[in-house]
Amino acid sequence: MPDTNRDEPWRLRIRFGKQGALRYTGHLDLHKLWERTIRRARLPLLYSHGFHPQPKIQIASALPLGYASRAELIDIWLEKTSEQLDLPAIKVTLQKAAPPGLEIYRIETAALRGRALQTLVRSAEYEATLLDLADEQAVSGRLAALLGAESLPRERRSKAYDLRPLIEGLQLTSPDEEGHPRLYLRLTNLEGATGRVEEVLDEMQIPPESVRIVRTDLIFEED
Amino acid sequence: MLTPEQIETRLERILLKVQKPGRYVGGEMNSLTKDWDSAQTRVALVFPEIYDIGVSNVGMKILYDQVNQREDALAERAYAPWVDMEKIMRENHIPLYTLESRRPLSSFDIVGFSIPYETLYTNTLNILDLAGIPILAAERGDDEPIVIAGGHSTMNPEPMHAFMDAFVIGEGEEVIHDIITSLQENKPGRASRGERLKALAGIPGVYVPSLYEVDTFEDGTIRRIRPLVPEAPETVTKRIVAKLPPPPTDFIVPNISIVHDRATVEIMRGCTRGCRFCQAGMITRPVRERSVEEVVRAAEKAVAATGIDELSFLSLSSSDYTHILELVETISDRFKGRQISIALPSMRIESVSIDLMETLRERRGTGFTLAPEAATERMRRIINKYIPDSQILETAREIYRRNWTTIKLYFMIGHPSETLEDVKAIASLCKQVLAEGRKVIGMKARVHAGISTFVPKPHTPFQWVSCDTVEQIMDKQALLRQELRDRNIKLSWTETRDTLLEAWLTRGDRRISRVIQAAWEKGAKFDAWGEHMRNEAWMEAFEENGLAPSFYTHRPRPADEIFPWEHISTAVRKDYLYQDYRQSLDGQVRSDCREQCFACGILPVFSDLRRETPGESWKCPEVRSPRQP
Repeated sequence: MPDTNRDEPWRLRIRFGKQGALRYTGHLDLHKLWERTIRRARLPLLYSHGFHPQPKIQIASALPLGYASRAELIDIWLEKTSEQLDLPAIKVTLQKAAPPGLEIYRIETAALRGRALQTLVRSAEYEATLLDLADEQAVSGRLAALLGAESLPRERRSKAYDLRPLIEGLQLTSPDEEGHPRLYLRLTNLEGATGRVEEVLDEMQIPPESVRIVRTDLIFEED
Repeated sequence: MLTPEQIETRLERILLKVQKPGRYVGGEMNSLTKDWDSAQTRVALVFPEIYDIGVSNVGMKILYDQVNQREDALAERAYAPWVDMEKIMRENHIPLYTLESRRPLSSFDIVGFSIPYETLYTNTLNILDLAGIPILAAERGDDEPIVIAGGHSTMNPEPMHAFMDAFVIGEGEEVIHDIITSLQENKPGRASRGERLKALAGIPGVYVPSLYEVDTFEDGTIRRIRPLVPEAPETVTKRIVAKLPPPPTDFIVPNISIVHDRATVEIMRGCTRGCRFCQAGMITRPVRERSVEEVVRAAEKAVAATGIDELSFLSLSSSDYTHILELVETISDRFKGRQISIALPSMRIESVSIDLMETLRERRGTGFTLAPEAATERMRRIINKYIPDSQILETAREIYRRNWTTIKLYFMIGHPSETLEDVKAIASLCKQVLAEGRKVIGMKARVHAGISTFVPKPHTPFQWVSCDTVEQIMDKQALLRQELRDRNIKLSWTETRDTLLEAWLTRGDRRISRVIQAAWEKGAKFDAWGEHMRNEAWMEAFEENGLAPSFYTHRPRPADEIFPWEHISTAVRKDYLYQDYRQSLDGQVRSDCREQCFACGILPVFSDLRRETPGESWKCPEVRSPRQP
């Protein structure tokens, strides 16, 4: 049904990937990068009112620097239009306007007054490729030890916490084309309770520079 | 030599150990990675500062655009890695590479440095070294890149002469093509390095230092500079473009935050004001303007291509752009309501400027910048930037009245013949401006005083003068600190050491090359960053080479001294500059040369170009009749 009398802005939810050089673009810079991509695509991004208008953009979950992702989510608000939006066309336009490494997978509308995107996520899934460990046996031994532990007390920014309950899933998967072992991880991703892949790896004595990490999914509460 | 893949693999292992790894990976919107094998000439453009500063350099943007428009050539970029990255690169044997294809600089045909200011000299050496290219031009082999520098600092190329195969004197837009063509005609294998350099020396605006000999007197001053081969002209005259080409618009959009993250459109080149301290104003003559239509079109295109929400119009003096009102009104119409902020820097101190700024103001701005440069009418006559005090105060009052709360005032200390009274007047002018603000908006009014220290520059009327000593500068700064204690006046200044380094280098001669090299070997780099400037390294470097820094800074030059840059011509006559210097000593003001031509020398040198480019795009008088032979 064409909604011709629509008098409200649009809220679009975009699933996107972050690859290549963009792995080294941090969360705040990603906001700006999206703002510019939307402007290049000539979409009427909505701004907040007030002294310093800010673009209405929400990114689901900050991705640590250096991680690639196939599963990021962003909500963007567009000014009201009298016609329905042509989402497939918007997807094409946005992809054209996006820098290399920003891949747009899916665009859908979201409830205008729904909860903030950041509060919807509860877990995240990752894939970690271990570049320096050829021996899967050794990896699985350390993995079993980790999962067997009752608690993994650690410190982050001089605050004590337990890593163990944040690990919702951890297992070896098939190696990559070059034979590097790969891990699947599912970690809690709530405000104040976020598991980080390199912390899990650190418990397994795997140095962060020898690992390639990709976020593969974001899990919502209702999922 | 490492392949791009090998460099990529090594990078993956180290990038998370450094601050802001996004500086080192490229992949930005509008960056171009052209096919390596189908390009005949490959140019690495280098800005010898960190990425965060280098990306916004306009010279780099112009050359990147010019070279990449050619089918037979490609240009890629490199910047100075910050110290953390440099250390890791050296440990892991990663040579400095370009961001586009990850190839080492040594695999390019041309390595072109953009060097606008002198504090980048040590970084330039460091970059050559990191790239595995011999820092001394004389030690480079046939297969190594031709290393070229351009930019304002190279108007006196001599301090860097030992490290460069060639310099570009003047504007790069056309000469870069001549250089590429010449090197294509004289490829390695067919021509020796020496032959290739001789061919370059024959291009107008190219200076090949190894083809010149400098004789000196016992005191170190110069007796004679002469070319050693017929290809090298006695005087290298700067290159200019008759008509400014369409400005680049498809700017590289960084994926990380940088210092000046804006889209820039140059509206005009050159300046007719003739401020005597200003090197840019003297070396970029004549004034050439782009049409309003061209500027507006470029601005639209830049915003569309970059998505950047800050647009800045570039020129030495925006107020002097002939159709400034029309430009501002058109731009304001076009961009209203689009959440784009527009900057128009370098405005004259007069109420018209406020009208213009107000038209462009999308959101309520907080700061308005004025640059009186000196605080007494006497000093402003000496530097030829004459504005009566009353006009400054009236403008300030009007700025506060129209809802700006902060006025930034730029001054310089250390102008020729400046006294402590003149410095004290800076404080009193700041207070008077603040008092105007208080009358209008009460205690919300702020003044921000930015105080830099004057450095006499080559090719200016002040090239003969001596600088202030460290003690004089310190005294003047102390006086300002003492006088400006109001908490609504913020004071900032450039460090004395930084100023002196710039002063030693800018009027340096060939011997300064050895000093730069020695200072770099002792660890000097990032000299523009206060905390990294290594004063001891520089002092030792001077001493080891038997040179006194004061020879370069604290010595008035006699009228007939032959300068190290004597063979480099900006087309402005030396006797014109000297006459202007004499007039300054008498406190005589020279008016804007749009009103009357003072025959600075530009027109006779570029009369052919002017004749081919009639009309108002140049601000010099028209040349109609062909020159009589």
